Amino acid sequence: MADEATNGGGLSFKPMDQFEVKSLFGGEIGMFTITNVTLWLALAVLAVIGLMVLTTSKRETVPGRGQSIAELMYGFVYKMVEDVTGKDGIKYFPYIMTLFMFILCANFLGLIPMSFTTTSHIAVTAVLGFGVFFAVTILGFVKNGASFLSLFWVSSAPLPLRPILAVIEIISYFVRPVSHSIRLAGNMMAGHAVLKVFAGFAQVAAIAPVAIIGVMAIYGLEVLVSAIQAYVFTILTCVYLKDALHPHH
Amino acid sequence: MEGELAHIGAGLAAIGSGAAAIGVGHVAGNFLAGALRNPSAAAGQTATLFIGIAFAEALGIFSFLVALLLMFAV
Repeated sequence: MADEATNGGGLSFKPMDQFEVKSLFGGEIGMFTITNVTLWLALAVLAVIGLMVLTTSKRETVPGRGQSIAELMYGFVYKMVEDVTGKDGIKYFPYIMTLFMFILCANFLGLIPMSFTTTSHIAVTAVLGFGVFFAVTILGFVKNGASFLSLFWVSSAPLPLRPILAVIEIISYFVRPVSHSIRLAGNMMAGHAVLKVFAGFAQVAAIAPVAIIGVMAIYGLEVLVSAIQAYVFTILTCVYLKDALHPHH
Repeated sequence: MEGELAHIGAGLAAIGSGAAAIGVGHVAGNFLAGALRNPSAAAGQTATLFIGIAFAEALGIFSFLVALLLMFAV
């Protein structure tokens, strides 16, 4: 029954096959096997290095194409950190810049046909999300000591409501890393699965032109979503960082 | 029988995607309504707009995830 349903009656849709982790050089997948995830993560890192380090190494006064892209990226993220976290958040700008560039490059590399989207795996995004969570929580306690806990004690609310609000705040605080990582993975996975489903419709000759135009339109949307999700991930990191630095409501 | 129920459940979970669409549209629409009244203040609020959209969208993504789990993991 399940087989028949996923085949869609003659059409074969395999939207989830593209997310399969495969070993590149054969053999069992273990802790340190080189898989396609490893390859595309490494390519994302190389892309960041190529974009940010190689283009700016000459340090021209009048920037060329590559250098202006790098400078625009830097300025964009710098302004975002400054706007959301304030002046004292600038110290943590390198971490946020790294996150943004890495996620952006990983998302865009995943859009190349036949490539592998590393950010569509919760295993990858959970590392990023929980990394932010632990960094921000530890930073909050180091900077504010025990008064960091006042983040959960909403002093602007009426006194009888505060314990209830504290429970809600604590739950929402611990859901943060989960939603933070699932948002990125879910968006990437959903978009790429939709692309594959539309590509599957091209198997029928009668609707193939419509399907191909549909794939093009969804692809354009996916380019937008890739950039926006990288932006959203970083801006939420900034928001969490602001909470850690200024826990008082 | 169990597989069929899982498919019905996946379809029901897809309702959440529609609900998230309403939420995202609400955020963006209200932003536009405010921005047209005071265009000079709009530029400073785009970050808030995207945060709002992200929060509204996250719950839709959760329902999509539930649907996927029902289809492929259960």
